[in-house]
Amino acid sequence: METRELICIGCPLGCPLTVRIDGENVEVSGNTCKRGEDYAHKEVLSPTRIVTSSVHVNGGELSMVSVKTREDIPKGKIFDIMKEIREASVEAPVAIGDVVIENCAGTGIPIVATKNVAKV
Amino acid sequence: MEKHDIVIIGGGPAGLAAAVAARKAGIQDILILERDGCLGGILNQCIHNGFGLHTFKEELTGPEYASRYIDMVEAEKIPYKLNTMVIDINKDKEVTVINREDGLTTIQAKAVILAMGCRERPRGALNIPGYRPAGIYSAGTAQRLMNIEGFSVGREVVILGSGDIGLIMARRMTLEGAKVKVVAELMPYSGGLKRNIVQCLDDYGIPLKLSHTVVNIEGKERVTGITIAEVGPDRKPIPGTEEHYTCDTLLLSVGLIPENELSRSIGIQMSRITSGPEVNDQLETSSEGVFACGNVLHVHDLVDYVSEEATLAGTNAAAYVKAGEEKSDCHVVTLKAENGVRYTVPQTLDVNHMQDKVTVRFRVADVYKDRYISVYYDGVQVSKKKKKVLAPGEMEQVILKKDSFGEYPNLKNIVICTEVE
Repeated sequence: METRELICIGCPLGCPLTVRIDGENVEVSGNTCKRGEDYAHKEVLSPTRIVTSSVHVNGGELSMVSVKTREDIPKGKIFDIMKEIREASVEAPVAIGDVVIENCAGTGIPIVATKNVAKV
Repeated sequence: MEKHDIVIIGGGPAGLAAAVAARKAGIQDILILERDGCLGGILNQCIHNGFGLHTFKEELTGPEYASRYIDMVEAEKIPYKLNTMVIDINKDKEVTVINREDGLTTIQAKAVILAMGCRERPRGALNIPGYRPAGIYSAGTAQRLMNIEGFSVGREVVILGSGDIGLIMARRMTLEGAKVKVVAELMPYSGGLKRNIVQCLDDYGIPLKLSHTVVNIEGKERVTGITIAEVGPDRKPIPGTEEHYTCDTLLLSVGLIPENELSRSIGIQMSRITSGPEVNDQLETSSEGVFACGNVLHVHDLVDYVSEEATLAGTNAAAYVKAGEEKSDCHVVTLKAENGVRYTVPQTLDVNHMQDKVTVRFRVADVYKDRYISVYYDGVQVSKKKKKVLAPGEMEQVILKKDSFGEYPNLKNIVICTEVE
């Protein structure tokens, strides 16, 4: 039996959660809504994050375009993903949602643009 | 002289939402003035996600959130001028504007919406001893340099202040390969949102030292090291607690200040606590027909609330332009912040003309556990709500309903306060 203290990030309330973990059995207290319970389950069993960064643009009105993983990725993959993002560059124009890197770091999840950058 | 019904100062999240709301309320003649080269304001450099949970029920990045509102402004064909600086506004709502195309011009507005946002508190406001080498940035400047200009800011970093931008930059610099050695916070609690402490510091094992401050900056050309020390309850460094960190960069995330030079030039009544204008429930300042919303009014944690506030300001500015006359039969009530509540926005409320409900936003003065937020009408408690945790870094709100005032025909004061029991 293991106990972990978490702070729920489901909303700005930031409820302090106490999670009792017994194998696959997870018991959550301190949450004020269902999202807190879901968050705690996910955070102790398979934590994920959205990674955001920016990538160089060639021939654009701006030199950088902001990007994100289109979906949550496993927390342990963050630095592998960042390595690929740092090496990437794109040609203008770029539109929100355009795929910048397919299947980033073998996660099966693409990196997509989060900003429009026009060509100059 | 160029004339417009509503002139909006600033094309960030507040200005955009105010413009869309004013158009939806039936005003055709609107102009947004933006000093930067694009709309969207600070959201353009806030490339992290977490925006829009309240407004759009999904998590967006800053640029995505901005583009939603920019698209609405474009769809409504609301005119805007970029690279355009407002240098003065007077009591008659004459707006003096300068840009490269038109030179110096004056615009007559029927209503003005102030949406200029805020600025970061600089090193000069802190009295940190030591040298003045390169490598000292406000967190927002570093954010812009990295995310928009594409520069590398530093390799070994110390951050002073645990405001949200500092926390976000701790993660951002870590992801870009820098080593963030410590975040020092003067106060015994963080000024940032909890989710940012979890996702930006805890995730990467970056230590947060509360009740600590920078007592020395070393390096003549570039920062070479920083000394931090613990502070006592008087917030003065305690001798003997100094710790030295070698680093090449110091980021400052030590507070945001509403940018109100223009508000002052109109001569409107300012709040000493928010550093923003005092407003009524319509978000109208002491100068008739001049409205304020967003970070120029008071610094927000969440852009969703900025959009909501700006929507109200835009709607009310539209109503003001349409009515074209001063209101009569006003019953103005003063809102007072007491016992742990630092301020309220709005500061006054007109019971006769208010909407069905008014959202009053405020911050508390310290971290409190298990306290009530109570509302009193002329000394009579009308509501209390228990809060497990209250912190200065998280804006709170109470909603006042118009029908709750029915039993108080001579109401003068509303007090919002915290109470232990």
